[in-house]
Amino acid sequence: MTAPAAPPPVLEMVQVRVALPPGSDRPHALEALDLTVRAGETVCLVGESGSGKSLAAGAIMRLLPEPQVRMTGGTVRFDGTDLATLSEPAMRALRGNRMAMVFQEPMTALNPQKTVGWQIDEVLRLHTDLPRRARRARVLEMLEQVRIPDPASAINAHPHQISGGQRQRVMIAMALALKPRLLIADEPTTALDVTTQLAILRLIRELQRDQGTGILFITHDFGVVAEIADRVAVLRHGVLVEKGPAAEVLNRPRHAYTRALVAAVPALRPPAPRDFTESPVVLRAEAMRKTFAARGGFLSGRRKAVVAVDDVSFDLRRGETLGIVGESGSGKTTVSRCITRLLEADGGRVTLDGRDILSADARTLRAMRADIQMIFQDPQASLNPRKRVVDLIAQGPMVHGMPRAQAHARARQLLELVELSPAAADRYPHEFSGGQRQRIGIARALALEPKVIVADEPVSALDVSVQAQVLRLLADLRERLELSMVFVTHDLRVAAQLCDRIAVMEKGRVVETGPTAALFAAPTHPYTRALLSSIPGRDWSPPDTRHDAA
Amino acid sequence: MTILLYAIRRLVQAVPVVLLIMVGTFLLLHLAPGDIVDALVGDMGGADAAYIARLRAEYGLDEPVWVQLWIYMGKLLTFDFGWSFVHEQPVSVILFDRLGTTLLLMITSLSFAFSIGVALGAIAARRAYSLTDNIISTLGLIFYATPSFFLGLMFIVLFSVKLGWFPVGGVQTIGSFYTGWDRVIDIARHLVLPTASLSLIFLAFYLRLMRATVLEVAELDFVRTARAKGAAEGRLMIHHIMRNALLPVVTLFGLQFSTLLGGAVVVETIFSLPGLGQLAYQAVTQRDMNVLMGIVFLSSILVVVVNFLVDLLYARIDARIELT
Repeated sequence: MTAPAAPPPVLEMVQVRVALPPGSDRPHALEALDLTVRAGETVCLVGESGSGKSLAAGAIMRLLPEPQVRMTGGTVRFDGTDLATLSEPAMRALRGNRMAMVFQEPMTALNPQKTVGWQIDEVLRLHTDLPRRARRARVLEMLEQVRIPDPASAINAHPHQISGGQRQRVMIAMALALKPRLLIADEPTTALDVTTQLAILRLIRELQRDQGTGILFITHDFGVVAEIADRVAVLRHGVLVEKGPAAEVLNRPRHAYTRALVAAVPALRPPAPRDFTESPVVLRAEAMRKTFAARGGFLSGRRKAVVAVDDVSFDLRRGETLGIVGESGSGKTTVSRCITRLLEADGGRVTLDGRDILSADARTLRAMRADIQMIFQDPQASLNPRKRVVDLIAQGPMVHGMPRAQAHARARQLLELVELSPAAADRYPHEFSGGQRQRIGIARALALEPKVIVADEPVSALDVSVQAQVLRLLADLRERLELSMVFVTHDLRVAAQLCDRIAVMEKGRVVETGPTAALFAAPTHPYTRALLSSIPGRDWSPPDTRHDAA
Repeated sequence: MTILLYAIRRLVQAVPVVLLIMVGTFLLLHLAPGDIVDALVGDMGGADAAYIARLRAEYGLDEPVWVQLWIYMGKLLTFDFGWSFVHEQPVSVILFDRLGTTLLLMITSLSFAFSIGVALGAIAARRAYSLTDNIISTLGLIFYATPSFFLGLMFIVLFSVKLGWFPVGGVQTIGSFYTGWDRVIDIARHLVLPTASLSLIFLAFYLRLMRATVLEVAELDFVRTARAKGAAEGRLMIHHIMRNALLPVVTLFGLQFSTLLGGAVVVETIFSLPGLGQLAYQAVTQRDMNVLMGIVFLSSILVVVVNFLVDLLYARIDARIELT
């Protein structure tokens, strides 16, 4: 911050070293980590998965999964006290009281059997002597502060009865109930929609300003960093490679790794528009509808019918990429499932090269499936772990009648096409990293030489640097194979990279469609505008440090 | 109000279930060779064919199976279970005479198995892979692998015959005419061995399941959240882990109730307890159809009721489930 005399440090980590169990990919999860967080300051700890950033939080709270993972060196000082000298009860008295934590998954971070009020109240019960009435008043006050609608009734709600964003607000209320000196936020907004994310980030900032809390914000998302950070520390394989003021690190990264990370953040500059008016329409959806019926079962008696897709129409031309963007529950995934007929639509027409998919009988459909293939979000869950890669890829062609030897030869060629070594063919999916697995998923989709690829959040589960590589691969394959693509994503930055046109969905309807550049420059629908203005770090553009030879 | 509606709906759903069980059992029993007349004549040491035919006609056994079924179901709907020609008493009287003993055995066995199993499982999970855990888990494995009839016989050999601590069988000391607390203590002493041999295998089920779910729940995110709030281990265990770990155990509890009824047959026979299980065994050997059908009816009602109660309990302890 710009204060003349820097406020005292709340947290000082000096040469902290955390050991991993023998047989891990490296001996130390963290090596000689130095980090300081001052009162009222937000320090972002940035790193990709496996960089050890979450274990840093564990080391501070003394909540590492000991004895397998433990601190073997260095000191953590909290308000000047060396935490290693404290007894376990003294440490417990600090946790939730002077230092608090917010976790990534609001879905699972709250006890499903206890009310929201009980769980916030637990913090007060553990750390104060307040009588019941005063505690209740404080809980209500906190719920109000994190702006949960109708606190008096929310206090009695169970976690499953409120939305993901509200659950994260409850987590924050719980963490800040006793005005801690230090708040550790471990990817608190990663699982949320963009609009909710922005609201939560603003809330954290605001409460910080009121309470002067020091925040250690752990994230992998440079957009979020640009949004919230005062200072940034970049972690790679447990080693701190760069730290400094946010503006410095974001705009003039010094270390090669930081530069690569920043360069991998998709810029919000859509590519030059390409002209497809001459190309034939490959896939056409007309007035597609899908309603998930109301259920009267034992467990879901009160569920109302949900209109997931309402009157959706679009054209996809050869070589074109159509992005379908929207928040969770907008129906974008349902659209992708309906056009591939993994789900049966209730109405409308979808034609592939003029042939109707929705009314095709089983035999025709199977033949048509060769022309329209899917890439799924979770490459881990969508590859059969018991099959070798070559079999996974060759399976499709063999089902469609290709002889085994030929299908296997083709699979090996495809692996090369997606930039994997041919040796990968004989291994099993679990031996690969997330990015490599997604390449296998792409190779599998390409095996049948489809005309259309439907990709459902294909890069959402990947780290930014890997994400950039996979996006580049998809763009490259699209050109070479003249593929048309339906690209479903919640991430507008990703959509801006790859899509020629974008359809914005809200509550099952397409509210706006247009060429990417035009849509980004001048959104007309209020929802599109809200989405665009919620992109974290939208005012920051990653500096172009990349000298792309390819 | 919702609970009342729910109960009525469940009751209505239960009727066809019980009817189906009764029809199925009736037909199955008629498929088996031999009937009450064969058993009676066998006891008498034989009789001529005309007498046998007359006896059959008297009992209504000469009618076609469908007619017999029709008559039986008609009577059942008025809760008339018929007459036992072996016991020379109405079936309902015999059943209610015996029901108490069986219920007592089942309730003590289940509560013992559930409470001790859950407690041991939780302790084993908290000290996972330690000596305590190893001892508890090994014991569990032994109980799990030992059939209840073998366990019962061995208990009799050890505790009744060699050590003389507990009576060999029966539900109370014959000819003692105890009253008040003396009687209660006497019955309790008689029930120790049957309860132990019936419940240990179920105790092992609960123990193993509880240990596994506690280990699983302890890894969940909300437990980490509670730890980050500064909660101590005891609090974590009671409020956050146990509450969630109990859910699958309660499910198993409901599922196993019917198995327990089956186990009661064996145990009651071994310990000569005058309960439904022993009665069922006798009824089968004596071809006492009416008693057997009565027992099946009572058992199916019991299982339906217990499952209903378990569902209510489940909705009570799992906040995510609403009765509709």
